[in-house]
Amino acid sequence: QQIQEDLNKQLLDNLLSFLSRSHSEFQEKTTGWTCRMKFREIPTAALVLGVNVTDHDLTFRGLSDVLQDNITPYVALLEAKDCPGIKNLMQKLMGQLMNCDIDVDSLEDEDYVQVSQNRIRCSMSSLISWYESVTKKTDSETPSKKRNSSSRHWQSPPVVVIFKDMESFTTKVLQDFIVISSQHIHELPLVLIFGIATSPMIIHRLLPHSVSSLLCIELFQSLSCKEHLSTIIDKLILTSQFPFKLGQKVLQVLINIFLYHDFSVQNFIKGFQLCIVEHFYSQPLSVLCCQLVDIKKRVCSLSHDQCENIRRLPSFRRYVEKQESGKQIELLTNDSFLKEETEKLLEDLHVYHENYVSILRCLHVFTSSLPKYPLGKQIRELHCACLENRVWETEEYESSLQLARMLNKTDLVTMLQQCVEILMSSSGKGFDKTVEKLKEFLTLFQNLEAEASQERDVSVSSQKEFQKKTDLYHLQKTLLELKESRKSKKLTKFEMLRFEVVDYIDSLVRKYLVPADERTLQEIMYFNAATVLRGHLNAAPRTALHTALNNPHWYLKNQALKCDGGGISNKAPDICIVYKLHLECGRLINLVDWLEAFSTVVMAAEEPNADAASSDQVDDIIHARFIRAVSELELLGFIKPSKQKTDHVARLTWGGC
Amino acid sequence: MPNLEHPAYPAADLLHLESLVPCRESQVSMLLSIFGERQQFSFPSIFIYGHTSSGKTYVMQTLLTTLQLPHVFVNCVEYFTSRLLLEEILIQVQSCSSDTEQTSPVHCDTLNDFVRLFKQALASRELQDQTLYIVLDRAEQLREMEANILPAFLRLQELTDRNVTVVLLSEIVWELFRPNVGCFEPFTMYFPDYSIGHLQKILSQNHPPEYSADFYAAYINILLGVFYMVCRDLKELRHLAALNFAKYCEPVVRGEANERDTRKLWKNIEPHLKKAMQTVYLREISSSQWERLQHDGGEPGQLKGLSAHTHVELPYYSKFLLIAAYLASYNPVRTDKRFFLKHHGKIRKTNFMKKHEKTSNHLLGPKPFPLDRLLAILYSIVDNRVAPTANIFSQITSLVTLQLLSMVGQNDQLDGPRYKCTVSLDFIRAIAR
Repeated sequence: QQIQEDLNKQLLDNLLSFLSRSHSEFQEKTTGWTCRMKFREIPTAALVLGVNVTDHDLTFRGLSDVLQDNITPYVALLEAKDCPGIKNLMQKLMGQLMNCDIDVDSLEDEDYVQVSQNRIRCSMSSLISWYESVTKKTDSETPSKKRNSSSRHWQSPPVVVIFKDMESFTTKVLQDFIVISSQHIHELPLVLIFGIATSPMIIHRLLPHSVSSLLCIELFQSLSCKEHLSTIIDKLILTSQFPFKLGQKVLQVLINIFLYHDFSVQNFIKGFQLCIVEHFYSQPLSVLCCQLVDIKKRVCSLSHDQCENIRRLPSFRRYVEKQESGKQIELLTNDSFLKEETEKLLEDLHVYHENYVSILRCLHVFTSSLPKYPLGKQIRELHCACLENRVWETEEYESSLQLARMLNKTDLVTMLQQCVEILMSSSGKGFDKTVEKLKEFLTLFQNLEAEASQERDVSVSSQKEFQKKTDLYHLQKTLLELKESRKSKKLTKFEMLRFEVVDYIDSLVRKYLVPADERTLQEIMYFNAATVLRGHLNAAPRTALHTALNNPHWYLKNQALKCDGGGISNKAPDICIVYKLHLECGRLINLVDWLEAFSTVVMAAEEPNADAASSDQVDDIIHARFIRAVSELELLGFIKPSKQKTDHVARLTWGGC
Repeated sequence: MPNLEHPAYPAADLLHLESLVPCRESQVSMLLSIFGERQQFSFPSIFIYGHTSSGKTYVMQTLLTTLQLPHVFVNCVEYFTSRLLLEEILIQVQSCSSDTEQTSPVHCDTLNDFVRLFKQALASRELQDQTLYIVLDRAEQLREMEANILPAFLRLQELTDRNVTVVLLSEIVWELFRPNVGCFEPFTMYFPDYSIGHLQKILSQNHPPEYSADFYAAYINILLGVFYMVCRDLKELRHLAALNFAKYCEPVVRGEANERDTRKLWKNIEPHLKKAMQTVYLREISSSQWERLQHDGGEPGQLKGLSAHTHVELPYYSKFLLIAAYLASYNPVRTDKRFFLKHHGKIRKTNFMKKHEKTSNHLLGPKPFPLDRLLAILYSIVDNRVAPTANIFSQITSLVTLQLLSMVGQNDQLDGPRYKCTVSLDFIRAIAR
């Protein structure tokens, strides 16, 4: 679990670094703005953040922290839901500003009293007087106590007001606020920040020209959330630092939720964390999922039960079956031998991860520039493909290799250089030879260049042909030609070399990008319960309700309730009977008919030879039960009373479950 | 041009005043004659209206300050509740009376209190014999306060029995103010828009000191020639003039042209101004960006305006939800069956009719639709099966917060909420790609 905490911290660090990166430019601007106050414009930053609303909160908190640290102590965050009117807005603004002032110099108590007095009158003039008093005080104080944080800010720090969700503010509130503050811009250096989720056009839609002319708007585009995601994936999943890995299906589920549903990096991270918790909770062997240095200690401390657990792992069984019989028995009976073996295997797994990541990046370098992206544009797609099965057996891989065989020289050389860089920077040990080999290729290419100047007419013509025909339209034709040409004429040196390079890359891929499923003991590190995760993250409340009401035994665990087919059993709870009956009705349901049907179902169990009196006069108890069930349905939102017809209720839901 | 003449005020002050308020001489002299002498009771309330930036506020302020008349100046937008407004007036009155007493925080909740406190404040003042002017800027806001505020201000002289005149400044005519209960009719006065000549005169008045007035006037002439067609707002024009003047002066600074060479300067500035009209005037790019651009001499193409970023990235299902919402808003219910069912009957024949309907529907605007219909259309337009998960529902609400959809009618979420699609066809087209 401490690993999880590590992860959390890492994630937050990542996010914060993003924020500071995207806003560093912004801060410079803010400093510049205050210089130009000669017009009556309020400097305004429009921050376009994309539609992932759930992430904004964190972004803004980070932003205000950064601003408070570097530029001004006076930052107010305003949310639309707090400000239905201009009055509430001012109150909120004053409260936040004065509180943050108290944070800066928390020593003076009489200051606090003053503030609470001021709160009664929430208007711009009192805000201005407060601002003047505060700035004056800091001016006089800064020489005396230099260590004060205010020395970092300059003499008259601007007051930054952040509107978190520009879209939801009512037009009038914003207009009024802008008009008011524009009148006092000389006394109170305000800076507005609008958080915009959709597009900057919203400013023009919300504000008339007379108001927007009071603003001096600059636009800042924050990172697209897709890019954000790929960096997160890059840093979290495609590293060998964290022993915990996601299986292919799980990763796919997480990415799908992200792309299809909310674009929220926050939710992605939460899902990731959920995976970690679930993994450590459900997998008894997850103690072994730790950093390489700890493995030895932990393996030694394994109990007998845990060893049995290891023996039960499917991947381990496969491994055992491959060994010769003597070793098999040792593995299955001797605990200490098993421990040694496990340690070795886990170390193997670590090495495999390290190699995997760097080779994956190399392959990505190659495939990402191919036309039509047979293996996907993003590295995450490639990663998924590699996890799923042996990548070299797929059609896409075949076609991409074929395309790679037709690359022109400059591209090929740059790619090789990139690969060399990646491999050099990676920590894997077994790459020395690979790097050498690649470098050898590079020198060969350079040599070739020298030679090419002599026999230009041969190679250039053929090369040109290939360059022209790299688009997919001509692919088929070129391939045919290639086959013919292979037979007919001798290949040029360049082509030979190119084939060699591609073959070598192919061999690397075959060697290192083995899907994790085939590795022994992968269960310890990989979390693969995609259905569990989907159940947790992609909740389907309506479907759940439907199943609960349709097949009560699903939840109640009572065998008697299990009914066959479409029949309505009378043993089920009342609400289930009512629900099933209501499914058969149209938009408007006659209550009397419904009640009759209900009583028939309920009475069916009791003696069919019910006396005449109770047959036409429904039993009071049944009546009461019916009414209770119907009101429960109303509470669940399935029906509502209708005014169109007396004694009828309207259905609110239709199919679609 | 009538010179300002009034027996009560010294001629020097009047002359100064005249230089400060160009093109508004007639209005000022009218006001002066209404105000009369300092100690004379004036008209109880005056209502001044005129279009945006026709100098109402400016004229009143300069008039009152240069002649040193006791006055209170309050903007009604800023003091948005009646309590704030009244308290602010009282505070200013107290500060008018200056040295005598320490201004203590006043609490004034109702108009009754206000009248009492106002009397007190005036009684303690030495200026009792002078008329006090209360100027309420943007008086149209008064209509939204309590019903008794506006009539009371109109009769303040009568109510307080003091020498006070209330001046209301507004952009709309008095007829829209008049409360239904009988009230005192103020003296109404109209400030007409500035003509092009007036604008020229006013703009050329504040020329930068390092250049001659003639030079600046020529520049203003060119500027007005370009912008007068689209903008007559004095504030905007002044802003534009200040922004573009540096560019205009460039040839002079470089020594390529002298100040008299208007033709050359015109050639230089004209395309530039046209560009400015497309960008700065609409606030597509901010003025600081514009200045930086001028400084670098770069192309404005690299700086994309606000409206250039119209593209919105949406998650996969959100896109479909929005498209479904759009279809549900603009197609009548009875066509649903025809469009979205597999076994529809005759669609070829009705093709023409459909087109006709669509245009009229677009003119009518979006119609509300229930949630179920939205989901049904969503299921039919998405290829693969969609589970009605919580995520889908939460996306609908997030679309509402983004103001792409809007909720119509009652607030009860359980009672079949109805939505409306608020985006345009172009937006949908961009998304549907």
